Amino acid sequence: MNGLLVVWESRDVFLLGAANTVSLVLGCLLFSIPLGILGAVVLMEASAPLRRLLAELIDLLRCVPFLLLAYVVYYGLPELGLRLDSWWAGLLSLTIYTTAYLAEIFRSAFFAVAKDNIEAAHAFGLSRSLLYRRIILPQVAITAAPMIGNQVITTIRDSALLMIITVQELTFAANFVSANHFTPFAPFAAAVGLYLLMSFVVEEGVRRMERVRKVRYG
Amino acid sequence: MAENAPAISVRGVCKDFGGFEVLRDIDLDIATGTTTCILGPSGSGKSTLLRCLNWLEEPSVGSIRIDGKPIGRTGEGKAAKPMDRRELAAARTRIAMVFQHFALWPHLTVLGNVTEAPVHVLGRPRREAEEEGRAILARVGLAEKADMYPHTLSGGQKQRVAISRALAMTPRVILFDEPTSALDPEMVGEVLGVIRELAREGLTMVIVTHEMSFARDVADTIVFMEGGCIREVATPHDFFTAPRSDRAKGFLFRS
Repeated sequence: MNGLLVVWESRDVFLLGAANTVSLVLGCLLFSIPLGILGAVVLMEASAPLRRLLAELIDLLRCVPFLLLAYVVYYGLPELGLRLDSWWAGLLSLTIYTTAYLAEIFRSAFFAVAKDNIEAAHAFGLSRSLLYRRIILPQVAITAAPMIGNQVITTIRDSALLMIITVQELTFAANFVSANHFTPFAPFAAAVGLYLLMSFVVEEGVRRMERVRKVRYG
Repeated sequence: MAENAPAISVRGVCKDFGGFEVLRDIDLDIATGTTTCILGPSGSGKSTLLRCLNWLEEPSVGSIRIDGKPIGRTGEGKAAKPMDRRELAAARTRIAMVFQHFALWPHLTVLGNVTEAPVHVLGRPRREAEEEGRAILARVGLAEKADMYPHTLSGGQKQRVAISRALAMTPRVILFDEPTSALDPEMVGEVLGVIRELAREGLTMVIVTHEMSFARDVADTIVFMEGGCIREVATPHDFFTAPRSDRAKGFLFRS
């Protein structure tokens, strides 16, 4: 009972933490979705050396633990003259990391678009930009939605690690409340509840895309 | 010159895939307003030739003109240069294609498939294109399917949508790549019926097909291919009653 009271009395801290988590994730997606698409286009279309370079870079990023990447951005970059405050360092590391995964997701979804309807687009005189905007990307948005949703949930979870570089996101808030009031269970359970809520929102979005897919593709 | 130029003229087209010659020195003129059926055994190069006409396959050598204007490469012989993407896309708007497996865009409605290229490639106003699209769909008997998605249609209906998509471009020529080969037998008739109607209206069409009686009935010209070469160009009457080449005789007797 006491723990719940603590959570209620610290609701401002939780809400601020949740708002930070949400804004970090949304900010990350705002950049990493277009960059992921661009990366996938480069992986599909660019000259062999550029393609290989990007593929290696993506592989490298996928091997690095996220926390290590956040350390490098927050503690390492200042040595090279780029000092970011913790929120921006968090956003930058989340964006780099998520972009690497999204580029792979978009690339495989591009591959899954039927070759014959791309060929039809060429035959009807669609330019490369129309081909991507009108034919490939709308199909990719529908077919890749579940994988993109998974990645967004992963990004939400990864954002919790940013507390280590002092970003005041949801896990940081829960930790702060629990340490100040010596009641670990309720604050952490409340944070878990809020993370669950965010995942439900993402999953609802995926379900809606799935309904669109059913109507259009059967 | 465009007035007297054939709708399509093919000169010295060769195509090899990794050393294997699929087309050997093809010359062919297709007159405006005619229906040409390309016949021949599998592997004779008919589909490859058809796909060269709109540059989906790039001939190793040779030139192709649509209404007197080059497609794929500009300039002649040694001076020939590949078109850039924009020029090629513009050239392709004059020559529409119907594919064996329909190749409809699955994320667009039937009407969306028909208006996509007119609106976004030709820049026609959407309302005008939609009106015209609905009229074309009505002509092929699909007026009530305009707002459905392709996956809800039968094969024959899909192919009629594909034909409507081609018609909506008001192209100089329509290419048909085995338009009934992927259809159940009971749906072949409805698609051939539409093509027959278009032939009567005087559209310029080039059709690769295995439907012999259809070809005999609808074509103005039969082109018979074998081994990557054109062996015979004849009227349907002459080709089916008195084929000149032994290879054509063999082909007709087998089938």
